[in-house]
Amino acid sequence: MVEIQLRDLCGVRSGDKGDISDLTLFADDDEAFAALCEAVTAERVKAHFGDLVTGEVVRYEVPNVWGLKFVMQGALGGGGPRSLRADNLGKTLGGALLRLRIDVPESVAANAPRNGRRAPLDAG
Amino acid sequence: MTLRLGGGQGFYGDGRAPLDDLLADGLDYVVCEALAELTLAILQKDRLRDESLGYTRDLPLYVGAALPYIVNGRTRFITNAGGINPIAAGRAVVAGLREAGVAGLKVATVVGDDVRPHAEALGLRGDALFANAYLGARPIVDALAEGADIVITGRVADASLFAAPLIHEFGWAWDDWDRLAAGVTVGHLLECSGQVAGGNYSGDWWNNPDPLRVGFPIGECEPDGTFVVTKPAGTGGRVSFDTVREQLLYEVHDPSAYLNPDVTADLAAVHLEDLGDDRVRVTHARGSAAPSTYKGLVCTPAGWAGEARLAYPWPDAEAKARAALRYLRGRSEAIGMEVEEWCEEYFGVNGFGGPTVGEDIDHDPAEVIGRLAWRCSTPEEASKLMREVGLLGLSGPPMISQADRLRGGRPTQLLGVDAIAVPRELVDAQVQVEITEL
Repeated sequence: MVEIQLRDLCGVRSGDKGDISDLTLFADDDEAFAALCEAVTAERVKAHFGDLVTGEVVRYEVPNVWGLKFVMQGALGGGGPRSLRADNLGKTLGGALLRLRIDVPESVAANAPRNGRRAPLDAG
Repeated sequence: MTLRLGGGQGFYGDGRAPLDDLLADGLDYVVCEALAELTLAILQKDRLRDESLGYTRDLPLYVGAALPYIVNGRTRFITNAGGINPIAAGRAVVAGLREAGVAGLKVATVVGDDVRPHAEALGLRGDALFANAYLGARPIVDALAEGADIVITGRVADASLFAAPLIHEFGWAWDDWDRLAAGVTVGHLLECSGQVAGGNYSGDWWNNPDPLRVGFPIGECEPDGTFVVTKPAGTGGRVSFDTVREQLLYEVHDPSAYLNPDVTADLAAVHLEDLGDDRVRVTHARGSAAPSTYKGLVCTPAGWAGEARLAYPWPDAEAKARAALRYLRGRSEAIGMEVEEWCEEYFGVNGFGGPTVGEDIDHDPAEVIGRLAWRCSTPEEASKLMREVGLLGLSGPPMISQADRLRGGRPTQLLGVDAIAVPRELVDAQVQVEITEL
C-alpha cells in the first residue's frame, strides 16, 4: 500500500441544498473505485471536516459512474442564505475533501491518470 | 423523431451570450432555469417594493434573444423566471411582444406554487418571506397542449421544466416511470447550463478548448427515453463522460432515489457512453413512483450580518490578522454589543478548508486576509462593530491593507431556508394555467 492524496486520485463536485453539503468523488476505473470505497468511509470524512460539519455524514456508492457521494448535514453554517461564511454554498468543500490522504494498492496510485497532474499558471 | 432541448440558463445572473449559439444550432425547445433556492427571497424583496415585480428582471432579454426562433415556429420557450410573480412576468412579456408588433403567439403562465394560503395547515411561521411547493411537469404539459409558444412558471422542479416537452411531444404516460425518469435525467443534466459542458469541471479543466466560450448544453432526445448530451458546434468547453457524470450526481442526495414531483429516478442505473466529439449517450434510465408529497421551501428572516476584512503581509501575517480580529471582538464587548454568532476566517491560511488543511498549513504565508463576520438581531446592532474597524488603521498590528477597494459595508439580512412536505391535494387544487393569445 502507498499513501496518496485524493487530489491525485479523483475528481470532485460540490453542491448544496439548505444546510446540506453534497460532495461526490469520482474515480477513473474499477480498481481505484474499490480502493476509494475501502478507505474513504463516512466516519473518515466526518472526522476530516471537524467542526465545519456539525451533523451526520451519509455515504452513497454509485458504481455505474465510479462515484462516491457524501451527503453532509449541518455543513454550511445554517444554509446558504443564513450562513456567515464567505463560501456560504460550500463550493470549496470539494477541494477540502481532496486534501484527504489515504492508503491504496501501489497499482492504483501508479495507474491514476490524475496523479501528479497540475494546472499550469497560464491556463485558460 | 429526435427532439432537441437546450439549457439556456442555469441561474438568475447567468451569462446570456451562449444562448445565441444554442438557438442558432437549432432547438425544438429552449429552457431557461432561473431559480436557485435563494432566488425567491431576492424576488420577494423586489415585490415588496413594487407589486408588479417579483420575477427575474432579465426575462424580457431572454425572450428577446429567442424571439426570432419562437416567431418562425422553430423553437418553443419554457422558463421558471416567473419567480414569485409569474402573472406579472407573463404580463411584462406580453407587453414587450405587443410593443414589438408580434402576433399569433400564445403565452402561458403557470400559477399555484405559493403555499402561504395554507399557512395554518402547514404550520408556517407568520413572518415567512416565501413558501412555495416545487411543481412538476403537468401544468407545463397542459400549457403546451393548449399550443403555448412561451411558458412562464414560478417554482417548478428544475428538471421538470425539461421533462415537460418530452412528455408532451412523445405522449409519455404519467405512470411510465422509466421514461419519466429519462426526462428528469436529461433535465437534471441540462439545468445548470455550462456546468455539464466543462464549467466547474474538476479534472484537467485547463485543457478545456476555448474556455471563455463554454457552450450551453443540448439534449437530443428519443421517444424511447434515450438521449445524447452535446453542445453547439464551434463553442468551447467539452462534453465528455467525465463532465457528464460530475453533473449527473450534482446535488441529488441519494442517487438511487432522486426525488422529483413526477417520478423517483434511479441515477445509479444510468449508462453513459462517450461517443467522442462532445457527445455522450445516456441510456437505461430507471424510475419508480413519485414521492407522496411535494417538496416545499420556506424562507424566514434569520437576523443580520456584519463583516470586516483586513489584510496583512508577511512577516507574521497570520498573527497580525488574528490580533486584529481579537481586537474587534474585544471592542464589541467593550461597547456592549449583542452578537449571536461569530465567524472567523483566515484566507491564505485555512479560510475555506478550516480543519481539513491539517498538516498542509503554512503558518508564515506571504499574506493573510482575516475575515470576521457576526450575526445580530437587527441591522442597527450589526452595524455597530463596523464603526470600530477604523481604529485598526493607525493603532493596530503593522502594515494593514484593505482586502479590496470596494465601498459599501452595510449589514445584510440573513434568511433561513427550510424544506417541508406539502400534501399534493393542497397544491393541485390551486394550480392554474392562464393563456394569453397575441
